[in-house]
Amino acid sequence: MSSTELTDLGIAAIRDGVRDGSFSAREVAQGFIDRVASAKALNAFLVETPDHALKAADAADAARVSGDLKSMSGVPIGMKDLFCTEGVTTTAASHILGNFVPTYESTVSANLWAAGAGMLGKLNLDQFAMGSSNETSAFGNVISPWRRKDGSNAPLAPGGSSGGSASAIAARLCPAATGTDTGGSIRQPAAFVGISGIKPTYGRCSRWGTVAFASSLDQAGPMARDVRDCAIMLGAMAGFDAKDSTSLELPVPDWDAGLSSNLKGKRIGIPKEYRVDGMPAEIDALWEQGIAFLKDAGAVVVEVSLPHTKYALPAYYIIAPAEASSNLARYDGVRYGLRDLPEGAGLQDMYAATRAAGFGPEVKRRIMIGTYVLSAGFYDAYYTQAQKVRTLISQDFDKAWESCDILLAPTAPSAAFALGEKQADPLAMYLNDVFTVPASLAGLPAMSVPGGLDGQGLPLGLQIIGKALDEQGVLNAGLAIEERAGFTARAAQWW
Amino acid sequence: MSVDTATVKKIASLARIAMSDADAEAMVPELNNILGWIEQLGEVDTSQVQPMTAVIPNTLRLRDDVVTDGNVRDKVLANAPRAEHGFFAVPKVIE
Repeated sequence: MSSTELTDLGIAAIRDGVRDGSFSAREVAQGFIDRVASAKALNAFLVETPDHALKAADAADAARVSGDLKSMSGVPIGMKDLFCTEGVTTTAASHILGNFVPTYESTVSANLWAAGAGMLGKLNLDQFAMGSSNETSAFGNVISPWRRKDGSNAPLAPGGSSGGSASAIAARLCPAATGTDTGGSIRQPAAFVGISGIKPTYGRCSRWGTVAFASSLDQAGPMARDVRDCAIMLGAMAGFDAKDSTSLELPVPDWDAGLSSNLKGKRIGIPKEYRVDGMPAEIDALWEQGIAFLKDAGAVVVEVSLPHTKYALPAYYIIAPAEASSNLARYDGVRYGLRDLPEGAGLQDMYAATRAAGFGPEVKRRIMIGTYVLSAGFYDAYYTQAQKVRTLISQDFDKAWESCDILLAPTAPSAAFALGEKQADPLAMYLNDVFTVPASLAGLPAMSVPGGLDGQGLPLGLQIIGKALDEQGVLNAGLAIEERAGFTARAAQWW
Repeated sequence: MSVDTATVKKIASLARIAMSDADAEAMVPELNNILGWIEQLGEVDTSQVQPMTAVIPNTLRLRDDVVTDGNVRDKVLANAPRAEHGFFAVPKVIE
Protein backbone atom coordinates (compact mmCIF):
# COMPACT_ATOMS: atom_id res chain seq x y z
CA MET A 1 0.00 0.00 0.00
CA SER A 2 1.14 3.52 -0.71
CA SER A 3 1.64 5.96 2.10
CA THR A 4 -1.47 7.92 1.04
CA GLU A 5 -3.59 4.79 1.12
CA LEU A 6 -2.31 4.00 4.60
CA THR A 7 -3.22 7.45 5.91
CA ASP A 8 -6.74 6.97 4.57
CA LEU A 9 -7.26 4.11 7.00
CA GLY A 10 -9.11 4.32 10.29
CA ILE A 11 -8.43 2.58 13.61
CA ALA A 12 -10.12 -0.75 12.80
CA ALA A 13 -8.48 -1.00 9.37
CA ILE A 14 -5.03 -0.23 10.78
CA ARG A 15 -5.50 -2.69 13.63
CA ASP A 16 -6.63 -5.43 11.25
CA GLY A 17 -3.95 -4.69 8.64
CA VAL A 18 -1.18 -4.81 11.22
CA ARG A 19 -2.63 -8.03 12.62
CA ASP A 20 -2.77 -9.84 9.28
CA GLY A 21 0.56 -8.44 8.08
CA SER A 22 -0.79 -6.37 5.14
CA PHE A 23 1.54 -3.60 6.29
CA SER A 24 3.70 -2.76 9.27
CA ALA A 25 2.73 -0.40 12.05
CA ARG A 26 5.94 1.49 11.35
CA GLU A 27 4.85 2.23 7.76
CA VAL A 28 1.54 3.54 9.07
CA ALA A 29 3.16 5.73 11.71
CA GLN A 30 5.68 7.13 9.20
CA GLY A 31 2.88 7.90 6.75
CA PHE A 32 0.98 9.94 9.32
CA ILE A 33 4.15 11.60 10.65
CA ASP A 34 4.89 12.86 7.13
CA ARG A 35 1.34 14.14 6.69
CA VAL A 36 1.47 15.98 10.00
CA ALA A 37 4.76 17.58 9.02
CA SER A 38 3.34 18.82 5.72
CA ALA A 39 0.15 20.33 7.15
CA LYS A 40 1.48 23.26 9.20
CA ALA A 41 -0.99 25.59 7.46
CA LEU A 42 -3.83 24.02 9.45
CA ASN A 43 -2.08 24.82 12.77
CA ALA A 44 -3.67 21.70 14.25
CA PHE A 45 -0.59 20.42 16.07
CA LEU A 46 1.17 22.41 18.79
CA VAL A 47 3.86 19.80 19.36
CA GLU A 48 4.88 16.91 17.12
CA THR A 49 6.10 13.71 18.75
CA PRO A 50 7.16 11.40 15.92
CA ASP A 51 9.42 9.38 18.23
CA HIS A 52 6.50 8.47 20.46
CA ALA A 53 4.48 7.25 17.47
CA LEU A 54 7.39 5.27 16.02
CA LYS A 55 8.20 3.63 19.35
CA ALA A 56 4.61 2.47 19.74
CA ALA A 57 4.62 1.27 16.13
CA ASP A 58 7.76 -0.78 16.66
CA ALA A 59 6.22 -2.27 19.79
CA ALA A 60 3.13 -3.16 17.75
CA ASP A 61 5.21 -4.82 15.04
CA ALA A 62 7.02 -6.82 17.72
CA ALA A 63 3.70 -7.69 19.39
CA ARG A 64 2.44 -9.07 16.10
CA VAL A 65 5.32 -11.49 16.01
CA SER A 66 4.78 -12.54 19.61
CA GLY A 67 1.00 -12.71 19.16
CA ASP A 68 0.43 -10.02 21.78
CA LEU A 69 -1.50 -7.31 19.88
CA LYS A 70 -3.87 -5.08 21.81
CA SER A 71 -7.00 -3.16 20.79
CA MET A 72 -5.10 -0.16 19.40
CA SER A 73 -1.70 -1.64 18.63
CA GLY A 74 -0.06 0.27 15.82
CA VAL A 75 -2.60 3.09 15.76
CA PRO A 76 -0.97 6.55 15.93
CA ILE A 77 -3.30 9.17 17.37
CA GLY A 78 -3.40 12.87 18.13
CA MET A 79 -3.68 14.01 21.76
CA LYS A 80 -5.65 17.12 22.62
CA ASP A 81 -3.24 19.36 24.50
CA LEU A 82 -5.44 19.28 27.58
CA PHE A 83 -4.14 15.86 28.62
CA CYS A 84 -0.95 15.83 30.64
CA THR A 85 1.71 13.76 28.89
CA GLU A 86 4.84 12.87 30.78
CA GLY A 87 7.88 14.66 29.40
CA VAL A 88 5.89 16.39 26.63
CA THR A 89 4.87 20.05 26.92
CA THR A 90 1.24 20.49 27.91
CA THR A 91 -0.23 23.97 27.45
CA ALA A 92 -4.06 23.90 27.35
CA ALA A 93 -3.35 26.44 24.55
CA SER A 94 -2.63 29.08 27.20
CA HIS A 95 0.44 31.17 27.94
CA ILE A 96 -0.15 30.72 31.65
CA LEU A 97 1.07 27.13 31.52
CA GLY A 98 4.28 28.51 30.00
CA ASN A 99 6.58 25.64 29.18
CA PHE A 100 4.89 23.22 31.58
CA VAL A 101 6.25 19.71 31.11
CA PRO A 102 4.25 17.23 33.20
CA THR A 103 6.16 14.71 35.27
CA TYR A 104 3.18 12.37 35.10
CA GLU A 105 0.76 10.92 32.56
CA SER A 106 -3.01 11.49 32.51
CA THR A 107 -5.03 8.33 33.09
CA VAL A 108 -6.76 8.57 29.70
CA SER A 109 -3.51 8.88 27.75
CA ALA A 110 -1.86 6.17 29.88
CA ASN A 111 -4.80 3.87 29.08
CA LEU A 112 -4.34 4.54 25.36
CA TRP A 113 -0.62 3.78 25.48
CA ALA A 114 -1.38 0.60 27.42
CA ALA A 115 -3.78 -0.36 24.60
CA GLY A 116 -0.91 -0.03 22.11
CA ALA A 117 -1.60 3.42 20.62
CA GLY A 118 1.19 5.91 19.88
CA MET A 119 1.17 9.70 19.86
CA LEU A 120 1.77 11.85 16.78
CA GLY A 121 1.65 15.05 18.79
CA LYS A 122 -0.35 17.45 20.92
CA LEU A 123 -3.35 19.13 19.32
CA ASN A 124 -4.35 22.77 19.43
CA LEU A 125 -7.60 23.75 21.15
CA ASP A 126 -9.51 26.70 22.53
CA GLN A 127 -7.65 28.08 25.52
CA PHE A 128 -8.54 25.89 28.53
CA ALA A 129 -11.20 24.36 26.23
CA MET A 130 -13.21 27.59 26.50
CA GLY A 131 -14.59 28.32 23.05
CA SER A 132 -16.55 26.96 20.13
CA SER A 133 -14.30 27.93 17.22
CA ASN A 134 -10.71 27.37 18.36
CA GLU A 135 -10.13 31.12 18.15
CA THR A 136 -9.24 31.52 21.84
CA SER A 137 -6.01 29.51 21.57
CA ALA A 138 -2.92 31.48 22.55
CA PHE A 139 -1.11 29.76 19.69
CA GLY A 140 -3.27 30.85 16.78
CA ASN A 141 -6.42 29.64 15.09
CA VAL A 142 -6.79 26.11 13.84
CA ILE A 143 -8.02 26.16 10.25
CA SER A 144 -10.61 23.68 9.05
CA PRO A 145 -9.56 21.74 5.96
CA TRP A 146 -13.04 22.40 4.56
CA ARG A 147 -13.91 25.35 2.36
CA ARG A 148 -17.19 26.69 1.08
CA LYS A 149 -17.79 25.92 -2.53
CA ASP A 150 -18.60 29.55 -3.34
CA GLY A 151 -14.90 29.98 -4.10
CA SER A 152 -14.42 32.60 -1.39
CA ASN A 153 -11.72 30.50 0.29
CA ALA A 154 -12.64 32.10 3.62
CA PRO A 155 -10.84 30.15 6.34
CA LEU A 156 -13.45 28.25 8.33
CA ALA A 157 -13.58 27.40 12.02
CA PRO A 158 -13.03 23.73 12.81
CA GLY A 159 -15.32 24.18 15.81
CA GLY A 160 -14.20 24.02 19.37
CA SER A 161 -12.90 23.41 21.75
CA SER A 162 -11.42 20.22 20.24
CA GLY A 163 -10.68 22.07 16.98
CA GLY A 164 -7.18 20.72 16.46
CA SER A 165 -8.46 17.17 16.89
CA ALA A 166 -11.27 17.77 14.40
CA SER A 167 -9.13 19.46 11.77
CA ALA A 168 -6.36 16.85 12.03
CA ILE A 169 -8.73 13.91 11.60
CA ALA A 170 -10.66 15.49 8.72
CA ALA A 171 -7.37 16.29 6.95
CA ARG A 172 -6.18 12.69 7.48
CA LEU A 173 -3.26 13.79 9.67
CA CYS A 174 -4.28 11.15 12.18
CA PRO A 175 -6.91 8.40 12.14
CA ALA A 176 -8.31 9.47 15.50
CA ALA A 177 -7.70 11.83 18.39
CA THR A 178 -8.76 12.46 21.93
CA GLY A 179 -11.23 15.20 22.67
CA THR A 180 -12.83 16.59 25.79
CA ASP A 181 -16.41 17.76 26.02
CA THR A 182 -17.69 20.19 28.67
CA GLY A 183 -20.62 21.67 26.77
CA GLY A 184 -20.19 20.23 23.28
CA SER A 185 -16.45 20.39 22.62
CA ILE A 186 -16.29 16.94 21.02
CA ARG A 187 -19.64 16.94 19.22
CA GLN A 188 -19.73 20.42 17.66
CA PRO A 189 -16.24 20.24 16.07
CA ALA A 190 -16.97 16.68 14.89
CA ALA A 191 -20.09 18.01 13.16
CA PHE A 192 -18.21 20.96 11.63
CA VAL A 193 -15.63 18.76 9.90
CA GLY A 194 -17.68 15.68 9.02
CA ILE A 195 -16.31 13.13 11.52
CA SER A 196 -17.72 11.18 14.47
CA GLY A 197 -17.18 11.84 18.16
CA ILE A 198 -18.72 10.62 21.38
CA LYS A 199 -18.87 12.11 24.84
CA PRO A 200 -19.48 9.16 27.16
CA THR A 201 -21.49 9.20 30.37
CA TYR A 202 -19.93 11.49 32.98
CA GLY A 203 -17.49 9.35 34.97
CA ARG A 204 -16.67 6.79 32.27
CA CYS A 205 -13.30 8.36 31.50
CA SER A 206 -11.06 9.46 34.34
CA ARG A 207 -10.46 13.19 34.63
CA TRP A 208 -7.15 12.63 36.40
CA GLY A 209 -4.31 14.43 34.67
CA THR A 210 -6.65 16.33 32.34
CA VAL A 211 -6.40 20.11 32.73
CA ALA A 212 -9.65 21.01 34.48
CA PHE A 213 -12.21 23.45 33.07
CA ALA A 214 -15.56 22.67 34.76
CA SER A 215 -15.17 19.51 36.78
CA SER A 216 -18.83 18.48 37.01
CA LEU A 217 -19.10 18.61 33.20
CA ASP A 218 -15.68 17.69 31.77
CA GLN A 219 -15.57 14.31 30.02
CA ALA A 220 -12.98 12.90 27.65
CA GLY A 221 -13.99 10.97 24.57
CA PRO A 222 -12.75 9.80 21.18
CA MET A 223 -13.01 11.57 17.84
CA ALA A 224 -12.54 9.47 14.72
CA ARG A 225 -13.79 9.00 11.19
CA ASP A 226 -16.49 6.44 11.93
CA VAL A 227 -18.60 4.93 14.66
CA ARG A 228 -16.69 1.67 15.00
CA ASP A 229 -13.42 3.54 15.48
CA CYS A 230 -15.07 5.61 18.21
CA ALA A 231 -16.27 2.40 19.91
CA ILE A 232 -12.80 0.85 19.84
CA MET A 233 -11.05 3.96 21.10
CA LEU A 234 -13.61 4.72 23.82
CA GLY A 235 -13.08 1.18 25.08
CA ALA A 236 -9.37 1.92 25.40
CA MET A 237 -9.87 5.31 27.12
CA ALA A 238 -12.58 4.43 29.64
CA GLY A 239 -12.35 2.62 32.94
CA PHE A 240 -12.45 3.04 36.68
CA ASP A 241 -9.71 5.16 38.21
CA ALA A 242 -9.28 5.46 41.96
CA LYS A 243 -7.53 8.81 41.39
CA ASP A 244 -10.76 10.48 40.21
CA SER A 245 -13.44 10.61 42.92
CA THR A 246 -16.20 10.87 40.28
CA SER A 247 -14.92 7.92 38.24
CA LEU A 248 -17.57 5.22 37.80
CA GLU A 249 -16.62 1.91 39.35
CA LEU A 250 -18.12 -0.17 36.56
CA PRO A 251 -16.74 -2.63 34.01
CA VAL A 252 -16.11 -1.23 30.52
CA PRO A 253 -18.44 -2.95 28.02
CA ASP A 254 -17.02 -4.22 24.72
CA TRP A 255 -18.75 -1.54 22.64
CA ASP A 256 -17.03 -2.64 19.44
CA ALA A 257 -18.31 -6.21 19.75
CA GLY A 258 -21.76 -4.92 20.70
CA LEU A 259 -22.23 -2.75 17.59
CA SER A 260 -25.46 -3.39 15.71
CA SER A 261 -27.35 -1.09 13.38
CA ASN A 262 -30.58 -3.04 13.76
CA LEU A 263 -32.80 -0.72 15.79
CA LYS A 264 -35.90 -2.92 15.80
CA GLY A 265 -37.86 -2.26 18.97
CA LYS A 266 -35.98 0.95 19.77
CA ARG A 267 -37.94 4.14 20.36
CA ILE A 268 -36.35 7.34 19.09
CA GLY A 269 -37.45 10.53 20.80
CA ILE A 270 -37.58 13.80 18.89
CA PRO A 271 -37.40 16.67 21.40
CA LYS A 272 -39.78 19.31 20.14
CA GLU A 273 -38.05 22.14 22.04
CA TYR A 274 -34.98 21.68 19.85
CA ARG A 275 -36.92 23.16 16.93
CA VAL A 276 -35.63 26.62 17.74
CA ASP A 277 -36.67 29.83 16.04
CA GLY A 278 -34.61 30.72 13.03
CA MET A 279 -33.17 27.25 12.55
CA PRO A 280 -31.80 27.03 8.99
CA ALA A 281 -33.99 24.96 6.66
CA GLU A 282 -31.01 22.77 5.83
CA ILE A 283 -30.59 21.77 9.47
CA ASP A 284 -34.27 20.97 9.71
CA ALA A 285 -34.10 18.90 6.51
CA LEU A 286 -31.08 17.02 7.85
CA TRP A 287 -32.97 16.23 11.03
CA GLU A 288 -35.92 14.86 9.01
CA GLN A 289 -33.46 12.80 6.99
CA GLY A 290 -32.00 11.41 10.23
CA ILE A 291 -35.46 10.46 11.44
CA ALA A 292 -36.07 8.62 8.15
CA PHE A 293 -32.72 6.78 8.52
CA LEU A 294 -33.61 5.55 12.00
CA LYS A 295 -37.10 4.47 10.95
CA ASP A 296 -35.51 2.56 8.12
CA ALA A 297 -33.29 0.83 10.69
CA GLY A 298 -36.40 -0.42 12.45
CA ALA A 299 -36.90 2.21 15.14
CA VAL A 300 -40.18 3.78 16.15
CA VAL A 301 -40.17 7.57 16.30
CA VAL A 302 -42.00 9.48 19.04
CA GLU A 303 -42.15 13.17 19.86
CA VAL A 304 -40.99 14.03 23.37
CA SER A 305 -40.81 17.22 25.40
CA LEU A 306 -37.82 18.57 27.29
CA PRO A 307 -39.53 21.69 28.65
CA HIS A 308 -36.52 23.31 30.33
CA THR A 309 -34.28 23.18 27.23
CA LYS A 310 -34.21 26.96 26.79
CA TYR A 311 -32.71 27.37 30.26
CA ALA A 312 -29.86 24.92 29.68
CA LEU A 313 -27.52 27.40 28.04
CA PRO A 314 -27.87 30.19 30.62
CA ALA A 315 -27.53 27.63 33.44
CA TYR A 316 -24.40 26.28 31.76
CA TYR A 317 -22.91 29.76 31.49
CA ILE A 318 -23.25 30.13 35.25
CA ILE A 319 -22.12 26.67 36.31
CA ALA A 320 -19.18 26.26 33.92
CA PRO A 321 -17.61 29.69 34.63
CA ALA A 322 -18.20 29.21 38.38
CA GLU A 323 -16.32 25.93 38.36
CA ALA A 324 -13.68 27.38 36.05
CA SER A 325 -13.03 30.36 38.32
CA SER A 326 -12.41 27.92 41.16
CA ASN A 327 -10.33 25.45 39.13
CA LEU A 328 -8.18 28.11 37.51
CA ALA A 329 -7.30 29.66 40.88
CA ARG A 330 -4.38 27.23 40.86
CA TYR A 331 -2.53 29.27 38.22
CA ASP A 332 -0.75 31.61 40.58
CA GLY A 333 2.82 31.69 39.33
CA VAL A 334 4.09 29.68 42.30
CA ARG A 335 4.09 25.98 41.50
CA TYR A 336 4.22 25.74 37.72
CA GLY A 337 3.67 27.74 34.59
CA LEU A 338 4.20 31.41 33.99
CA ARG A 339 5.35 33.86 36.68
CA ASP A 340 5.18 37.59 36.15
CA LEU A 341 6.96 39.38 38.97
CA PRO A 342 7.05 43.12 38.39
CA GLU A 343 9.99 45.00 39.95
CA GLY A 344 9.47 45.29 43.69
CA ALA A 345 6.13 43.44 43.63
CA GLY A 346 4.80 41.46 46.58
CA LEU A 347 3.03 38.12 46.51
CA GLN A 348 -0.48 39.46 45.80
CA ASP A 349 0.83 41.66 42.99
CA MET A 350 2.65 38.67 41.54
CA TYR A 351 -0.56 36.63 41.46
CA ALA A 352 -2.50 39.40 39.72
CA ALA A 353 0.26 40.24 37.25
CA THR A 354 0.83 36.58 36.39
CA ARG A 355 -2.84 35.92 35.75
CA ALA A 356 -3.28 39.14 33.76
CA ALA A 357 -0.35 38.21 31.52
CA GLY A 358 -1.10 34.50 31.22
CA PHE A 359 -4.84 34.18 30.59
CA GLY A 360 -6.45 35.11 27.28
CA PRO A 361 -9.50 37.41 27.04
CA GLU A 362 -12.17 34.66 26.94
CA VAL A 363 -10.63 32.85 29.91
CA LYS A 364 -10.54 36.11 31.88
CA ARG A 365 -14.14 36.81 30.92
CA ARG A 366 -15.26 33.44 32.25
CA ILE A 367 -13.21 33.70 35.44
CA MET A 368 -14.78 37.11 36.02
CA ILE A 369 -18.33 35.79 35.48
CA GLY A 370 -17.61 32.79 37.68
CA THR A 371 -16.15 34.94 40.43
CA TYR A 372 -19.13 37.28 40.27
CA VAL A 373 -21.82 34.59 40.44
CA LEU A 374 -20.05 32.93 43.37
CA SER A 375 -19.42 36.15 45.28
CA ALA A 376 -21.15 36.96 48.56
CA GLY A 377 -24.75 38.05 48.07
CA PHE A 378 -25.09 36.62 44.55
CA TYR A 379 -24.35 32.93 45.14
CA ASP A 380 -27.95 31.84 45.70
CA ALA A 381 -29.49 34.01 43.00
CA TYR A 382 -27.11 32.72 40.33
CA TYR A 383 -25.24 29.55 41.26
CA THR A 384 -27.80 27.76 43.45
CA GLN A 385 -30.57 28.71 41.04
CA ALA A 386 -28.54 27.34 38.11
CA GLN A 387 -27.92 24.06 39.95
CA LYS A 388 -31.66 23.79 40.62
CA VAL A 389 -32.42 24.39 36.95
CA ARG A 390 -29.84 21.71 36.20
CA THR A 391 -31.88 19.29 38.31
CA LEU A 392 -34.98 20.20 36.26
CA ILE A 393 -33.11 19.64 32.99
CA SER A 394 -31.94 16.25 34.21
CA GLN A 395 -35.51 15.39 35.26
CA ASP A 396 -36.74 16.36 31.78
CA PHE A 397 -34.49 13.65 30.35
CA ASP A 398 -35.63 11.11 32.97
CA LYS A 399 -39.20 11.77 31.95
CA ALA A 400 -38.38 11.45 28.25
CA TRP A 401 -36.83 8.03 28.87
CA GLU A 402 -40.27 6.80 29.92
CA SER A 403 -41.36 6.99 26.30
CA CYS A 404 -38.12 6.61 24.32
CA ASP A 405 -34.68 4.97 24.39
CA ILE A 406 -32.55 7.56 22.64
CA LEU A 407 -32.96 11.11 21.37
CA LEU A 408 -32.13 12.48 17.95
CA ALA A 409 -31.37 16.15 17.29
CA PRO A 410 -29.02 18.28 15.22
CA THR A 411 -25.54 18.72 16.73
CA ALA A 412 -25.19 22.43 15.99
CA PRO A 413 -27.53 25.16 14.75
CA SER A 414 -25.40 25.84 11.67
CA ALA A 415 -22.57 24.51 9.55
CA ALA A 416 -19.04 25.75 10.21
CA PHE A 417 -18.78 29.53 10.25
CA ALA A 418 -15.86 31.59 9.03
CA LEU A 419 -13.08 32.51 11.43
CA GLY A 420 -13.76 35.94 12.89
CA GLU A 421 -17.45 35.82 12.05
CA LYS A 422 -18.69 35.41 15.62
CA GLN A 423 -15.69 36.55 17.56
CA ALA A 424 -16.93 40.04 18.35
CA ASP A 425 -20.01 38.80 20.21
CA PRO A 426 -19.35 36.25 22.99
CA LEU A 427 -23.07 35.58 23.33
CA ALA A 428 -23.51 34.65 19.65
CA MET A 429 -20.62 32.23 20.09
CA TYR A 430 -22.17 30.70 23.23
CA LEU A 431 -25.43 30.07 21.33
CA ASN A 432 -23.59 27.60 19.10
CA ASP A 433 -23.74 25.11 21.98
CA VAL A 434 -27.53 25.25 22.30
CA PHE A 435 -28.10 21.62 21.27
CA THR A 436 -25.10 20.06 22.99
CA VAL A 437 -25.20 21.66 26.45
CA PRO A 438 -28.35 19.96 27.84
CA ALA A 439 -26.84 16.44 27.63
CA SER A 440 -23.66 17.77 29.27
CA LEU A 441 -25.61 19.22 32.18
CA ALA A 442 -27.31 15.84 32.68
CA GLY A 443 -24.06 13.86 32.27
CA LEU A 444 -25.53 11.76 29.45
CA PRO A 445 -23.66 10.01 26.64
CA ALA A 446 -24.03 11.88 23.35
CA MET A 447 -22.50 11.53 19.93
CA SER A 448 -22.28 13.41 16.67
CA VAL A 449 -22.14 11.60 13.33
CA PRO A 450 -22.00 13.17 9.86
CA GLY A 451 -25.44 13.40 8.26
CA GLY A 452 -24.77 15.19 4.98
CA LEU A 453 -23.60 18.43 3.38
CA ASP A 454 -25.21 21.84 3.26
CA GLY A 455 -25.65 23.99 0.15
CA GLN A 456 -22.07 25.26 0.53
CA GLY A 457 -20.73 21.72 0.57
CA LEU A 458 -19.99 21.81 4.30
CA PRO A 459 -20.65 18.90 6.67
CA LEU A 460 -23.62 18.83 9.02
CA GLY A 461 -23.87 16.57 12.06
CA LEU A 462 -26.66 14.65 13.73
CA GLN A 463 -26.60 14.19 17.48
CA ILE A 464 -27.72 11.11 19.38
CA ILE A 465 -28.27 11.39 23.13
CA GLY A 466 -28.67 8.28 25.27
CA LYS A 467 -29.55 7.23 28.78
CA ALA A 468 -26.78 7.26 31.36
CA LEU A 469 -24.39 4.35 30.70
CA ASP A 470 -26.05 3.45 27.39
CA GLU A 471 -23.11 4.30 25.14
CA GLN A 472 -23.99 1.15 23.21
CA GLY A 473 -27.43 2.45 22.29
CA VAL A 474 -25.90 5.74 21.18
CA LEU A 475 -23.20 4.06 19.09
CA ASN A 476 -25.71 1.68 17.50
CA ALA A 477 -28.01 4.51 16.43
CA GLY A 478 -24.93 6.34 15.16
CA LEU A 479 -24.00 3.29 13.12
CA ALA A 480 -27.51 3.06 11.66
CA ILE A 481 -27.24 6.67 10.49
CA GLU A 482 -23.69 6.19 9.23
CA GLU A 483 -24.65 3.19 7.09
CA ARG A 484 -27.53 5.08 5.52
CA ALA A 485 -25.97 8.52 5.15
CA GLY A 486 -23.06 7.03 3.20
CA PHE A 487 -20.99 10.09 4.06
CA THR A 488 -17.81 9.89 1.98
CA ALA A 489 -17.23 13.58 1.28
CA ARG A 490 -13.83 14.94 2.26
CA ALA A 491 -12.09 18.25 2.07
CA ALA A 492 -9.99 18.79 -1.05
CA GLN A 493 -6.36 19.21 -0.09
CA TRP A 494 -5.20 22.85 -0.35
CA TRP A 495 -2.73 22.98 2.53
CA MET B 1 -28.51 43.00 38.12
CA SER B 2 -25.80 44.86 36.33
CA VAL B 3 -22.21 45.72 37.06
CA ASP B 4 -20.35 49.03 36.87
CA THR B 5 -16.64 49.75 36.54
CA ALA B 6 -16.12 49.69 40.32
CA THR B 7 -17.78 46.26 40.57
CA VAL B 8 -15.70 44.92 37.71
CA LYS B 9 -12.55 46.13 39.45
CA LYS B 10 -13.67 44.47 42.68
CA ILE B 11 -14.35 41.16 40.90
CA ALA B 12 -10.97 41.40 39.16
CA SER B 13 -9.35 41.89 42.53
CA LEU B 14 -11.19 38.88 44.00
CA ALA B 15 -10.09 36.85 40.95
CA ARG B 16 -6.51 38.14 41.31
CA ILE B 17 -6.35 39.48 37.78
CA ALA B 18 -4.59 42.82 37.37
CA MET B 19 -6.80 45.11 35.31
CA SER B 20 -6.34 48.68 34.14
CA ASP B 21 -9.20 51.16 34.43
CA ALA B 22 -9.59 51.08 30.64
CA ASP B 23 -9.79 47.28 30.56
CA ALA B 24 -12.31 47.26 33.39
CA GLU B 25 -14.42 49.83 31.60
CA ALA B 26 -14.34 47.80 28.38
CA MET B 27 -15.49 44.74 30.28
CA VAL B 28 -18.58 46.40 31.76
CA PRO B 29 -20.85 46.11 28.69
CA GLU B 30 -19.51 42.62 27.89
CA LEU B 31 -20.32 41.28 31.33
CA ASN B 32 -23.67 43.06 31.47
CA ASN B 33 -24.64 41.56 28.15
CA ILE B 34 -23.92 38.07 29.45
CA LEU B 35 -25.39 38.67 32.92
CA GLY B 36 -28.55 40.14 31.39
CA TRP B 37 -28.95 36.98 29.37
CA ILE B 38 -28.43 34.52 32.23
CA GLU B 39 -30.89 36.54 34.30
CA GLN B 40 -33.73 34.67 32.55
CA LEU B 41 -33.10 31.74 34.90
CA GLY B 42 -34.91 33.77 37.53
CA GLU B 43 -38.24 33.09 35.82
CA VAL B 44 -38.04 29.34 36.55
CA ASP B 45 -39.94 28.28 39.65
CA THR B 46 -37.47 26.20 41.63
CA SER B 47 -39.09 26.47 45.04
CA GLN B 48 -39.62 22.69 45.22
CA VAL B 49 -36.33 21.69 43.59
CA GLN B 50 -33.06 20.55 45.14
CA PRO B 51 -29.86 21.88 43.54
CA MET B 52 -27.97 19.18 41.67
CA THR B 53 -24.92 17.81 43.43
CA ALA B 54 -24.04 14.78 41.26
CA VAL B 55 -25.02 14.21 37.63
CA ILE B 56 -24.68 10.45 37.84
CA PRO B 57 -25.55 8.82 41.17
CA ASN B 58 -22.27 7.85 42.78
CA THR B 59 -21.02 7.33 46.29
CA LEU B 60 -17.82 8.71 47.66
CA ARG B 61 -15.41 5.86 48.19
CA LEU B 62 -13.30 5.37 51.27
CA ARG B 63 -9.93 3.71 51.22
CA ASP B 64 -7.59 2.53 53.91
CA ASP B 65 -5.77 5.39 55.58
CA VAL B 66 -2.32 4.49 54.34
CA VAL B 67 0.32 6.31 52.34
CA THR B 68 -0.06 5.43 48.64
CA ASP B 69 1.93 8.17 47.00
CA GLY B 70 4.61 10.75 47.65
CA ASN B 71 8.38 10.98 47.93
CA VAL B 72 8.49 12.81 44.62
CA ARG B 73 9.68 16.22 45.82
CA ASP B 74 11.87 16.87 42.82
CA LYS B 75 9.07 15.99 40.41
CA VAL B 76 6.73 18.33 42.25
CA LEU B 77 9.24 21.15 42.04
CA ALA B 78 10.35 20.42 38.48
CA ASN B 79 8.03 23.01 36.92
CA ALA B 80 8.27 25.69 39.60
CA PRO B 81 9.19 29.13 38.24
CA ARG B 82 11.51 29.32 41.27
CA ALA B 83 12.45 26.63 43.75
CA GLU B 84 15.00 26.97 46.56
CA HIS B 85 16.24 24.43 49.09
CA GLY B 86 13.50 21.99 48.13
CA PHE B 87 10.69 24.52 48.46
CA PHE B 88 8.65 26.78 46.18
CA ALA B 89 10.14 30.26 46.34
CA VAL B 90 7.95 33.38 46.41
CA PRO B 91 8.61 37.08 47.02
CA LYS B 92 9.00 38.06 50.65
CA VAL B 93 5.60 38.05 52.38
CA ILE B 94 6.53 39.20 55.91
CA GLU B 95 8.73 42.23 56.45
